[in-house]
Amino acid sequence: MKFKFWGVRGSIPTPGPQTNKYGGNTTCIEIRTDNNDLIILDAGTGLHQLTQTLLPQMPINAHILITHTHWDHIHGLPFCTPIYIADNKLTIYGGQDLKTGEGIERTLKVQMQHSFFPIAEHELKADVSYKTVKAGEKFRIGEAVITPVLMNHPVINFGYRIDCDGKSLFFTGDYEPQLNIYEPDGSEYQNFQQMIDECADSLVQTIQGVDALIIDSSFTEAEYVHKKNWGHGTYSGALRLATQAKVKRLFFTHHEPTRTDAELDAIYAELLTNNQQMNCELIIAQEGVEVVL
Amino acid sequence: MTKITEEQFVVFVEQMPAFPKSVHKLMQLTANEDAATRDIVALIESDPVMTVKILKVINSAFYSLPQKITSIQRALVHIGVNTIKNLALSIAAIGVINSQNRAGFDINQFLEHSLATAVISKKLAERMQVPLQESSDYFVAGLLHDFGKIVFAQFMPDEFKLALEQSRVQQVDLHITELKYIGISHAHAGRMLAKKWELPASLANAIDLHHNKEGDNLLWHCVFAANQIAKTYQIGSAGNPIVAPYSPKTQAFFGMTMDELVTELGDIAMIKAEVQQKLELK
Repeated sequence: MKFKFWGVRGSIPTPGPQTNKYGGNTTCIEIRTDNNDLIILDAGTGLHQLTQTLLPQMPINAHILITHTHWDHIHGLPFCTPIYIADNKLTIYGGQDLKTGEGIERTLKVQMQHSFFPIAEHELKADVSYKTVKAGEKFRIGEAVITPVLMNHPVINFGYRIDCDGKSLFFTGDYEPQLNIYEPDGSEYQNFQQMIDECADSLVQTIQGVDALIIDSSFTEAEYVHKKNWGHGTYSGALRLATQAKVKRLFFTHHEPTRTDAELDAIYAELLTNNQQMNCELIIAQEGVEVVL
Repeated sequence: MTKITEEQFVVFVEQMPAFPKSVHKLMQLTANEDAATRDIVALIESDPVMTVKILKVINSAFYSLPQKITSIQRALVHIGVNTIKNLALSIAAIGVINSQNRAGFDINQFLEHSLATAVISKKLAERMQVPLQESSDYFVAGLLHDFGKIVFAQFMPDEFKLALEQSRVQQVDLHITELKYIGISHAHAGRMLAKKWELPASLANAIDLHHNKEGDNLLWHCVFAANQIAKTYQIGSAGNPIVAPYSPKTQAFFGMTMDELVTELGDIAMIKAEVQQKLELK
């Protein structure tokens, strides 16, 4: 199994000289199994460039796993050229909208409404189908086994564990561990903390020993003080989870949109200096980089 | 005489609205960006209709979770407050319950009784050293034990009114007169709801058997005892004037009489204050 980053930016694309090195496209990761099955994690703007490379290989059979439906994770869907060309097959996976009960099919329908896009969802030429993902309910794509995990974010969000060819990776999507909402001296504090800890333990068990953990680490600790409950994680939170779950390689992603290459380099240098004892390789996710597991 | 079927009953439940006060308050709270999450959680938890509807939606969408989500707090840990707020508001928007229902059933009194039973049930569980993470089940079971009555009041007001009247005038248990006029007791209705909402079987059993003196597990004893304590001290009212005596089994279980148990729990005024505090959120 191997994977390639096509988008590593959070919230909004940030093209420009300051982001040339790590890249400005929003979240999109291409996974290839040893059988060459194609699994795509999220459909941020990086999807557009990824699908340009697929045109010579058509007809394609792609499986797109959507972690959640915030813009930066779906923006690339209408710009995924193969959906307009017959004989291509695309399966889009994602969670249910709890309010309406609709599945992930709602996303493209809404995105491609007349006011926002010139082509409607029902006009797509490719064979596009949709599958609703349920927490903890594993499913297969070719030889790969996918385990969806509910992750705390201001909308229903799934992390995906992918096991294939004896290798494994876990992608969190956007993720901020729930904070305790009670005062430390209140009676509810301990009770709620226990629920938080159980949820965290369960996550550690689920991702135990993966070859690659790709995790939302948008903020430094200093920045996080002002960004609580935004739904994003920190570098130190990522390190903690990687240590607890004994993962082999840790990829920090969902870079904060104002973060320049120089700032990311500085953060990386500090991470390496302060964590030399870790039995885990630390890597800043970078657009265009391919990783063979 | 109208007799109810399971199918009809479920149709009624689907139409159940939330309580107006909590809806109003929720809208105020959610409009305020600085509102504390704990206040939003407490408000939703104080409204059994809203709580159950939210849990139902979540559990049906995530039925593969190893553990059922049985409380708003637990849901919060998994999916965050934003989604829960969103759900609560959409549920609230369905409509509001008519607190002046034709059955003459006092919704606010009912809510007070439900909350009191929930608070006491959870306290009893803690006293019996139930692990903290399970104690929310005791709260939820207490909160929902009489839930079938709300549906009766809303959708079978004439029959329910007769049942309430006869229970009061003749001083017989309401679940007995319900059988006569409605064909189903609120306890059994509660089981059907719990099943429909995919709540754990243990909760459904405790709700179904809360008037049956033959229950014998921890959850059942706590809900049964809490219900009697709430009635004895008249914290709210759910329309049933009869306090059931503790069976020898329940006495043996807690190792004391009801009066002694209440003393054990601390001051009943404290419990009333806690219920009032939850009610004032509404």
